[in-house]
Amino acid sequence: MNEHTVKSYEDELKLLDRRIAQMGGYAEKLLVQAMDALERRDPNLAETAVSSDAMLDQLEREVQDQVILMIARRQPLANDLRHIMTVLKVAGDLERIGDLAKNIAKRALAVASETYPKPLMTGMRHMTEMVQAQLRDVLDALATFDADKAMKVWLSDEQVDAMYNSLFRELLTYMMEDPRNIGLCTHFLFGAKNIERIGDHTTNIAENIHYLVHGVPIADDRPKGDRTSSTLITPRE
Amino acid sequence: MNVMSKDVDSALTEKISVRDLKFFYGSSLALKSISMPLYERQVTSFIGPSGCGKSTLLRVLNRMYDLYPNQRAEGEVMFDGENILNPRQDLNLLRSRIGMVFQKPTPFPMSIYENIAFGVRLYERLPKSDIDARVESALEKAALWKEVKDKLHSSGLSLSGGQQQRLCIARTVAIRPEVILFDEPCSALDPISTARIEELIDELKNEFTIAIVTHNMQQAARVSQKTAFMYLGELVEFGDTKKLFTNPTDTRTQDYITGRFG
Repeated sequence: MNEHTVKSYEDELKLLDRRIAQMGGYAEKLLVQAMDALERRDPNLAETAVSSDAMLDQLEREVQDQVILMIARRQPLANDLRHIMTVLKVAGDLERIGDLAKNIAKRALAVASETYPKPLMTGMRHMTEMVQAQLRDVLDALATFDADKAMKVWLSDEQVDAMYNSLFRELLTYMMEDPRNIGLCTHFLFGAKNIERIGDHTTNIAENIHYLVHGVPIADDRPKGDRTSSTLITPRE
Repeated sequence: MNVMSKDVDSALTEKISVRDLKFFYGSSLALKSISMPLYERQVTSFIGPSGCGKSTLLRVLNRMYDLYPNQRAEGEVMFDGENILNPRQDLNLLRSRIGMVFQKPTPFPMSIYENIAFGVRLYERLPKSDIDARVESALEKAALWKEVKDKLHSSGLSLSGGQQQRLCIARTVAIRPEVILFDEPCSALDPISTARIEELIDELKNEFTIAIVTHNMQQAARVSQKTAFMYLGELVEFGDTKKLFTNPTDTRTQDYITGRFG
């Protein structure tokens, strides 16, 4: 693509891209820290994750300020306008991802002294890895304006939803088996929900990349697999 | 090649249809086979770098170029079923049906009232009371009436730049044209006067078909429903303003409107 005649405009756009890449990096790291803290029952790591979320919030504010300034100053049009609006929305998604990961870290603190059933953590770990891959791929797709890659992420989120459904059932089963599990399992349930929500944010980002590249929103509705809202398991007498 | 959008334009009526229009300054070709519609009661804006042919095209639409030797147009400009390029076209009649407002306000050195009445009298014989009514309604339509109603007999030149431009619009409107051509109507005006003219254009579109040449991209985006991007005498892209400014089809359009040209 040709560069802008006004060089400072070009610099501002590049700075925005750098900020988003930074935010993406922090969001990825935060998720890893939060899950490691949960798995290893490591309160120190959990504290680190909780405090590093502030960095994401700060970066989001910077992105917001710069976007507002650019709209006022440059009156962006066409692909520039789509670029700037996409960055603004992606910054919002990444900030939310940070909040959700931070919430997992807080739960890790709450359950640090408990012992948990091994298969439970395996399921959480597996789901997290899927979402981490989605986040990594969608950030790559954004950096390279690769709408096809973004589309793959968009479609792959259905598997995360399926994984979440099975974790949900598993957790309910544990709770029914022994009411002493309820406290721990509730934290895990929220943790799993947070990971599932992070997956949803990656699909938001994917949709925005599609709009940025093609100038039109994705036509179809995303296949959604989260059925936990209508799931009820009743204990057998 | 022209990129015409396949929008739902079937609801719109073509007031003017430009077909395969070529224009020559002497032997140099300034417009290369332009084909496009001007839709009735829509604002069509023309954008493009200096020398792209947008003002030339506007000047063809009311045969303004006839005033200059060595300038000629080929092709067709159909206006309500007649080709206005026809040498037998009555130019006075044409210019009463297709009015024009220029870049610099050009009030005549006469009173505000006369600035408007003068044009009306050229085309119609009306009793004074009718002329008075026509002057008032034209000034109303140009959103100038309130500001000048108590000084109709002071000189048009005593008005501010923005008021002078609205006086010129009133003068054009008073003739009751069907089409109004604006050639950079706000380039000499401050932002507040510009906003008034834009508001006015929005009003006028309910009654007239409007074409506007502007270097101000945001202005084109604000006031028009259709936009034509021209480059080197060629119509590069024509379509819905909404689409052209958010998701243009041609890379040249994109480069121009985002400030990436040369």
